[in-house]
Amino acid sequence: MNALASSPSSDRRSPAEITLIAATYAIVGLMLVLPPVLVFTEALRSGLAAALASITDPDALSAIRLTLEMTAAAVIINTSFGVLAAWLLAKYRFPGRGVLVALIEIPISVSPVVAGLVWLLLFGTQGWWGEALNRIGVTIAFATPGILLATLFVTFPFVTRTLLPLMEQQGRDAEEAATLLGASFWRILWGVTLPEARWALLSGVLLTTARAMGEFGAVSVVSGHIPGLTETMPLHIETLYNGYQSVAAFSMAALLAIMAMATVGMRSLFEARMRREEPRKAETAGGGA
Amino acid sequence: MNLSTTLSPARGSAAPRAKGRRARDPLPGFRLALGATLLWLGLIVVLPLAALAVRPWQEGASAMLAALNDGRMFAALRVSFQSAVIAAILDLPLGLILAWALVRTRLPGRRVIDALIDLPFAIPTAVTGITLATLYSPQGWLGAPLSRLGISVAYSVTGIVAALMFVGLPFIVRSVEPVLRDLPPELEEAATLLGARPWQIVARVLTPVLLPALISGFGLAFARGIGEYGSVIFIAGNQPFRSEIAPLLVVVRLQEFDYAGATSIAFILLVASSACLAAVAMLRKRAARGLVAEGAA
Repeated sequence: MNALASSPSSDRRSPAEITLIAATYAIVGLMLVLPPVLVFTEALRSGLAAALASITDPDALSAIRLTLEMTAAAVIINTSFGVLAAWLLAKYRFPGRGVLVALIEIPISVSPVVAGLVWLLLFGTQGWWGEALNRIGVTIAFATPGILLATLFVTFPFVTRTLLPLMEQQGRDAEEAATLLGASFWRILWGVTLPEARWALLSGVLLTTARAMGEFGAVSVVSGHIPGLTETMPLHIETLYNGYQSVAAFSMAALLAIMAMATVGMRSLFEARMRREEPRKAETAGGGA
Repeated sequence: MNLSTTLSPARGSAAPRAKGRRARDPLPGFRLALGATLLWLGLIVVLPLAALAVRPWQEGASAMLAALNDGRMFAALRVSFQSAVIAAILDLPLGLILAWALVRTRLPGRRVIDALIDLPFAIPTAVTGITLATLYSPQGWLGAPLSRLGISVAYSVTGIVAALMFVGLPFIVRSVEPVLRDLPPELEEAATLLGARPWQIVARVLTPVLLPALISGFGLAFARGIGEYGSVIFIAGNQPFRSEIAPLLVVVRLQEFDYAGATSIAFILLVASSACLAAVAMLRKRAARGLVAEGAA
């Protein structure tokens, strides 16, 4: 009898299995359960009313609004271009394709702080174009455009990355048939390719959303930290925490954590759905061949 | 969040190779999609990274050498690299246990635990940062009992390691889990029948097979760890030369308007994490080929 793997025929767990399960509970409890419990405990330390009051404070509301605006803008821009890039990389083979794939991946390996710094090199006061743009009245660094650029950089690959494997699997028979029937590019993309890839697309969009809402390092470098003006939710959490406003900081943290976890939770639901639909698709593809 | 998949082209994909004139391709949209992709990639990724690559040389080689000759920078890089290595090493056994329990035991509450493992991916880094700092502070839920044992975690390198362990744990679990799932339990059963003790099975049978997965999980956790900022700075203490991480020194240099100094640290961080991730990708490809070859034999 295997000491470590469970066997369906035996009802009793072996000592080794029990040890393993106990160790798992200990690790998960200490490392993964305590932190979220602490966030909510600290947020509610002075009661629900105090927690709610601190997230409806004018600076807090402005941080929430800025985070939602930046997230929406980043998701719209990166999804639109991400879909086109996935289409390009999935449906065509051309010289230099590998280079594009590698370039799209780069932002994942970049430290958040570096993702902010690069924009200051371009648009900061000592950057290449910062002063020239300032003279004509355009401010990018330490203002919302800089925050958006930093968010765009860190969430850049997610839509393409989730769409590409699926769109490659689809091949291009359906698209070629649609072309022969006279459909335009946009018609094919909207009517043929994307409906098939909808769960992957949603999953990529949600990943982009979660990451955009929570981005701290990159945004922190380019934001300038002006409360009520250029502070997103993560930056406002830092300001509150460093100002010893623990309840307010953790209330904001709890709200942001709920938003991020809801987004990620939705994503796992859609991914489960995608996996369920996959075998069916493979069947139809096999039947058609 | 699956950070481990790569955008590698699927083999045997239906798209034809471009041979001869592009005009033969019946599918419309190539030029539009190429133009849009190049514009987007150029503006958001290539242009800023080009600035990062060019900027250090702009003030001449001597200015760059001066920026590199900075003891505080080397100390910060050492803190970052050391903490990332230690955290990733400590995560290896923890991640292995979690992956194993998920795959090979009838774990009560498996779905909840499976979801919890991705929590460090889901929680924004600033939230992680203030939470771990509070948890491990001398009055904190974990900090208080640990300080009674004489271990102080927060505001030191130990705190940095604790934060990076939290951030890196899912990388190990999610790298090992699929390999373990594909491994036939008969392997362990055979070892048991031959009289191996559980620890012998771990050391002699499983670890060698899981080694590529463990190394790539380690690489992913390490690459993430050297660049990590938000989850670390609140717990680190941030004393120059002692508990100051390299990404924080980038921020400090920027606040001093020392762009050359900030850029040289940033450049080193970027090269290190890219090299690490490239090595992981290569290792994965080789491991995949090895398994295929074994299966065919």
